[in-house]
Amino acid sequence: MEVYSTSHLVEWSSAVIQFSLDGRSGISPYLQVVQQVRHAMRLGLLHEGDQLPTVKDVVASLAINPNTVLKAYRELERDGLVAARPGVGTFVTRTLTDSSLAAHEPLRRDLVRWLGKARRAGLDDESIEALFANTFRATAEQDIA
Amino acid sequence: MIWLSWRQLRIQAAAAAVGVAAAAIVLAVTGPRIAGLTGNIFDQLTNTDRWLYSAGIVVLAVAPALLGAFLGAPLVARELEAGTHRLAWTQSVTRGRWLATKLGLALVTAAATMGVLALAVTWWADPLDAAQSDTRGSLPSRITPVAFDMRGIVPVAYGVFAVALGVAVGAVVRRSVAAMAITLAVYVFVTVAVPIWVRPHLIPPVRQTVALGNDTIDGITMHGDGPTPPVTVSAHTVDPADWVLSNTTLDPSGRAIDRLPSWFEQCIPPPPSPAADQQRQAAAARGSLDACLKRLSDEGYRQQLVYQPASRFWSLQWAETGVFAVASGLLAWFSFWWVRRRVT
Amino acid sequence: MSTVDTILSARGLGKRYRRRWALTDCTLDIPAGHVTGLVGPNGAGKTTLLNLAAGLLAPTTGTIEVCGGRPAAGPDQLAKVGYVAQDTPTYPGLSVRDHLELGARLNPRWDAALARNRIDRLGLDLSQKAGRLSGGQRAQLALTLGLAKRPELLLLDEPVASLDPLARREFLQGLMEAVAEHGFSVVLSSHLVADLERVCDHLLVLVDSRVRVTGQVDELLATHHRLTGPRRDPASLPAGQRVVSASSTDVQSTLVVRTDGPILDPAWAVGALSLEDVVLAYLSPAEVGRPTLEVAR
Repeated sequence: MEVYSTSHLVEWSSAVIQFSLDGRSGISPYLQVVQQVRHAMRLGLLHEGDQLPTVKDVVASLAINPNTVLKAYRELERDGLVAARPGVGTFVTRTLTDSSLAAHEPLRRDLVRWLGKARRAGLDDESIEALFANTFRATAEQDIA
Repeated sequence: MIWLSWRQLRIQAAAAAVGVAAAAIVLAVTGPRIAGLTGNIFDQLTNTDRWLYSAGIVVLAVAPALLGAFLGAPLVARELEAGTHRLAWTQSVTRGRWLATKLGLALVTAAATMGVLALAVTWWADPLDAAQSDTRGSLPSRITPVAFDMRGIVPVAYGVFAVALGVAVGAVVRRSVAAMAITLAVYVFVTVAVPIWVRPHLIPPVRQTVALGNDTIDGITMHGDGPTPPVTVSAHTVDPADWVLSNTTLDPSGRAIDRLPSWFEQCIPPPPSPAADQQRQAAAARGSLDACLKRLSDEGYRQQLVYQPASRFWSLQWAETGVFAVASGLLAWFSFWWVRRRVT
Repeated sequence: MSTVDTILSARGLGKRYRRRWALTDCTLDIPAGHVTGLVGPNGAGKTTLLNLAAGLLAPTTGTIEVCGGRPAAGPDQLAKVGYVAQDTPTYPGLSVRDHLELGARLNPRWDAALARNRIDRLGLDLSQKAGRLSGGQRAQLALTLGLAKRPELLLLDEPVASLDPLARREFLQGLMEAVAEHGFSVVLSSHLVADLERVCDHLLVLVDSRVRVTGQVDELLATHHRLTGPRRDPASLPAGQRVVSASSTDVQSTLVVRTDGPILDPAWAVGALSLEDVVLAYLSPAEVGRPTLEVAR
């Protein structure tokens, strides 16, 4: 009789969030980790003082390279969102709820109006996204140059 | 490494131990009776005793072959076959130490097994070997080929050699079953070839020329039927337990001849007819035979014997052990060289 | 975690079996502290390279140095390198517990606590004979033996090739966790590039017994682009852009190029590539444009 072993026991860590990886999104793994942390912060899931999952726990659940996680955590640290305490872990120092949606209500209303205009002009979803992406990229490049 | 080697061969070692124990018990039970016999021992041997004697020979002949095939051949071959050498050689022991430990343990096991067996059989047959007798109850003398391999220390050398051979063959062939077959074949060849070609010359044999007389000849042989079949004569040495290598008749000029002169053939009395006075016929026959032999030796015919005296038993044993020890050493050295340099 | 040391370096390394060259003129440096993926089609020489690094083979030409020493030069050198061979060989007649005993006795730096811990978490039965374990369990046992040895470099030859997806994922999870915790280097060969993309941060592509490309995964992804545009002769591209592979129809060309600078030609539509795409570009038979094989550092 063969006992089929399922994944090893889940260990309850003190961290509050778990990561997932979309292999087909075209976004590099480390960026996905960064984005997921920022997203969690924006949604208010992470507060100041919360510990991010340890590198060991992240790679044990995602099967990704530890350097990837380290790189993501370093970038978050560079952005001032987290701080690494050697031997203890990585902790949130500041959240992004300051830049929550509520603070940008006027911008959101403008966007809703623009979307309405775009639909009335006959653009479908893909065209709207393409128009936005192209313009976004173009202006971003202009900013750099 | 010793733990791992032991773990891997403990089944074979257990089987060998069981075999040895069984043989030892049988011999221990029957031995004292043989030792207690007095007088003409050979006449008092029962059929069971003779059977045991032969069985001892067979067991000691077969045991090294089994050790070579089941202990030696798979030692390296099975690991190479299964690929487990890729596990064993990437721990923290070098190939040299790996082989040394496995080979050493196997050789020690073989030597111990054969040592106990040889000791038991030698002890059991000692009264028979030591007894002086002309015919020895038709049991072979211990220096003669069949019994020589089964006495003393030579069986230990054979066991060690067989295992070393098995390991070397296994390392080259890399397949257990093929290695077992080849090891057996080579071993059988060696055990047949050595008594014929090697052992007689380990110590230069004694050459002796004897006159042909009633007290020296063993028998007269007629080869074939017909009107004038060729006749040869064979002589024996002083000690009937000697190992006679060749028995040739020399003519007066010293040349070896393969048949006696034709007048001798007519001289021989005919075989006694199934008549009533056999004793008188026999006496008359003997008388005329003596005359024929006297005439033969007067004319200058002599018998040349080449033999190894029975007293050389232990010298030959040590010499042959030495030869096999050297052979085993060479095989072991080759195994090391092969495993370390050539196995990929 | 990454250092400047090289954990494995080869110069002109070649290995010949009778008449065939399994590896030809390999010169490479693998940095320590990374998980390096070794990719290539079957028969490209991946197993040969790993066997040379583990000391199971001796080179025909050239040299190879691992952890600062010659492979299998002695017990100390052997202790620094762990190896999980293809088909994860284990002794079928020995139990799991026996295998741990084997590791403990044959390795001076054996970490018994680590081994026990892993076996417990994996749920393996200690008294089960290794021959009766499933493929995934055997692979995990072999990995445990390699990890508990506490090597500086762990070599794995297609360890997940014959495993089902769940077992494969669990194997890689265990491996990555150990790397995160102990920080050793790994060289892992596979022909499943998707797995390697998650797990490796350094890559080595072997095709037809030669090294085609080696470098950091991030750098490879940043410098390789897919160019799509009107049909063009690949040789007409600027010198800084090396064409890795090219295919054309009558009117359109699709190229994979490697370049450090930006693509300024507006005729090209520039697309991003996954690691698998990059590897596939190097696996295609002909490299067009530039005849020399460049190996990036």
